Amino acid sequence: MRRIYLDNNASTPVLPEVLAAMQPYFADSFGNASSIHQNGQEARFAVENARESVAILLGCGVSEIVFTSGGTEADNLAIAGTISPGDHVITTAIEHHAVLHACRHVASLGCEVTEIPAGGDGLVDPDDIRRALRSNTRLISAMFANNETGVLQAVAEIGKIAREAGVAFHTDAVQVAGNVPVDISYINCDLLSISGHKMHAPQGVGALYVRKGTRLRAMMHGGAHERSRRAGTENVPGIVGLGKAAELARMGLTRGDDLAMRALRDRLEQGILDGVEDCRVNGAAETRTPNTSNIQFDAIEGESFVISLDLKGIAVSSGAACSSGATEPSHVLLAMGLTPAQARSSIRFSLGKQNTGDDVDRTLATVIETVARLRQMSPNYSTVAVRS
Amino acid sequence: MSGGVDSSVVAAMLRAQGHSLIGLTLQLWNQRRLAGKEGMPEAVQGRCCSLDDVYDARRVARQVGIPYYVVNQEARFEQEVVRPFVQEYLSGRTPIPCSLCNNHLKFDELLVVARQIGAEKVATGHYARVDYDEARSRWLLRRPADRSKDQTYFLFGLTQPQLSRTLFPLGGLTKTEVRELARQHALVIAEKPDSQEICFVPGGDYKRFMDAYLAEQGEAFPDTSGELVTTGGDVIGEHTGIHNFTVGQRKGLGVATGSPLYVIQISGADHKVVVGAEEDLQSRKLTARRINLISIAQLNEPMRVAIKIRHRHEPALATIEQVAPDEIRAIFDAPQRAITPGQSAVFYDGDVVVGGGWIE
Repeated sequence: MRRIYLDNNASTPVLPEVLAAMQPYFADSFGNASSIHQNGQEARFAVENARESVAILLGCGVSEIVFTSGGTEADNLAIAGTISPGDHVITTAIEHHAVLHACRHVASLGCEVTEIPAGGDGLVDPDDIRRALRSNTRLISAMFANNETGVLQAVAEIGKIAREAGVAFHTDAVQVAGNVPVDISYINCDLLSISGHKMHAPQGVGALYVRKGTRLRAMMHGGAHERSRRAGTENVPGIVGLGKAAELARMGLTRGDDLAMRALRDRLEQGILDGVEDCRVNGAAETRTPNTSNIQFDAIEGESFVISLDLKGIAVSSGAACSSGATEPSHVLLAMGLTPAQARSSIRFSLGKQNTGDDVDRTLATVIETVARLRQMSPNYSTVAVRS
Repeated sequence: MSGGVDSSVVAAMLRAQGHSLIGLTLQLWNQRRLAGKEGMPEAVQGRCCSLDDVYDARRVARQVGIPYYVVNQEARFEQEVVRPFVQEYLSGRTPIPCSLCNNHLKFDELLVVARQIGAEKVATGHYARVDYDEARSRWLLRRPADRSKDQTYFLFGLTQPQLSRTLFPLGGLTKTEVRELARQHALVIAEKPDSQEICFVPGGDYKRFMDAYLAEQGEAFPDTSGELVTTGGDVIGEHTGIHNFTVGQRKGLGVATGSPLYVIQISGADHKVVVGAEEDLQSRKLTARRINLISIAQLNEPMRVAIKIRHRHEPALATIEQVAPDEIRAIFDAPQRAITPGQSAVFYDGDVVVGGGWIE
């Protein structure tokens, strides 16, 4: 049977149009975008076209886009590139590890880092960020939408706080770009990260928006690529893919694709809430990205649930994968105050452009059946049976 | 699937027999967790649960053509195996973590996960045999064809429901045959060396491990220093901690006498370490608690068995008798050397594991 992929917050399939747009840049127009000859100029032209598409999607200037190898590099560049030892950084406990661990790294190099906790609703209170400001605060890094719960953070308000305090503001918009309209001028951010493969472009490409006038030190040293902000020969096919995906996303958002996505997500979510007892949505009270639903199922071991669904052809996720591939409870859910057991019993469903109503209906039926089966032999129940 | 030869061959064999399989690896311990701390080695290659082993297991599953997952049981392993391991040494006993792991993880949590994901049975690469005896209406655990690899000593804690859902496909094979099968199936790990030591204790240096673990936990290393006394009660010296000793140990006592001295007894209560001559190590009696019986439901009358008191011990003839609800006493026909509290006593009737318990 055709597999159903509902883990689009982890990665999305490259759309056929994106693949087609990239195709010529592997073997035909393969030149180095820095070369002066026509082969190089073709590549350069493609890169700059893509830059324009990304800038239009985000509502910023073309020169403000720096292409990177992905969201993680964009986050690292935003943090390591703007602060120095002795500076203070404010971030949140629910950030992606790309931000959280980058902050912990600079902390080990002599920066001070404050991690602001989130409430049980999955939302970081901007006032907590305001209260954490110090005289040496140089950067606030707070995500746009959370990858686990989809909860949209009060970035415009945080941006205002940063602006008033004269502090740079970075937001990780990896889960937002292409999913929700983004307007940089409205959120007052100085730095914003996006990732290609979360928006139907390939893995290995991303971008960092850097507001004109923001001082940024390069992390990669070499040529003068990306206006000396990121050395290294451009990943031309990847960048072309990101540009095409940005263009498609913008057209989609104009058509109301986000509303259609939300309707599909709500159909899945409501179907589960109606069909399964003792479950609840993590972060339900807040506005969320239209594709994400994180549901806590009482007395279910998420790991077994994910494997069971996978064996039935449905891909979802629970927590974070550690280096061995085993699952660890989500630090985001723990930061929201869930117990480790509650975090382990939570499953994330995240939709992509390729998902259909049929996907949702089949998933619904399988989830209801699987939860019933797992609960019949929940650990307590089977421990008693095994040891009797 | 540990990524080793045995479990890999099990996967290949069962797949060749046409079974529908799911490969699972238990992630039990993060080998990098204590690496480099308190003198622990930096390198963790080639150890169970290392990334290399998971990589190998994943490659074998791919090669055999089965779905494969890593299941995180680190928290439970620490609680059920690592902490008791440290505690046992601190109370003057010599623990066997492998048996605890089998009882609490490999044949408990793993069976639960297996059932949850729709599997009827769990097959492992242990060298042992399991079959159902109609006459007794019981599942029996039996010693394997390859006696040199016999792992029944570590499996005595398996209950009837656990045995009923367990397969040991290597029970009838020798290690040489298993390696040959690995080669025949062209498994990528066919020439991988066997693992020997306790999986979470690099180089078998348990003292260093305890140092590193307790430091990581923010717990002070308890002071268990005390007196070295003779069997006659004479104090002949001091020692720095009872965890440094195991019954039968000769080296490292820190006293020089004319005749060789051995550790005879370790007292967790007053931290005394009793030393004596080699013949003082000989004993005909042991008491076992936390009993699990396999081939019989109850020990109603004294029974003749052969008892293994440590992994590398030739079973010795004895009579066992139930003396309290969860206590069995064994009297050996001939004295045994260094009966060690913390180890297990496993009772055999020929090939069949009658049951076992933990030596007090």
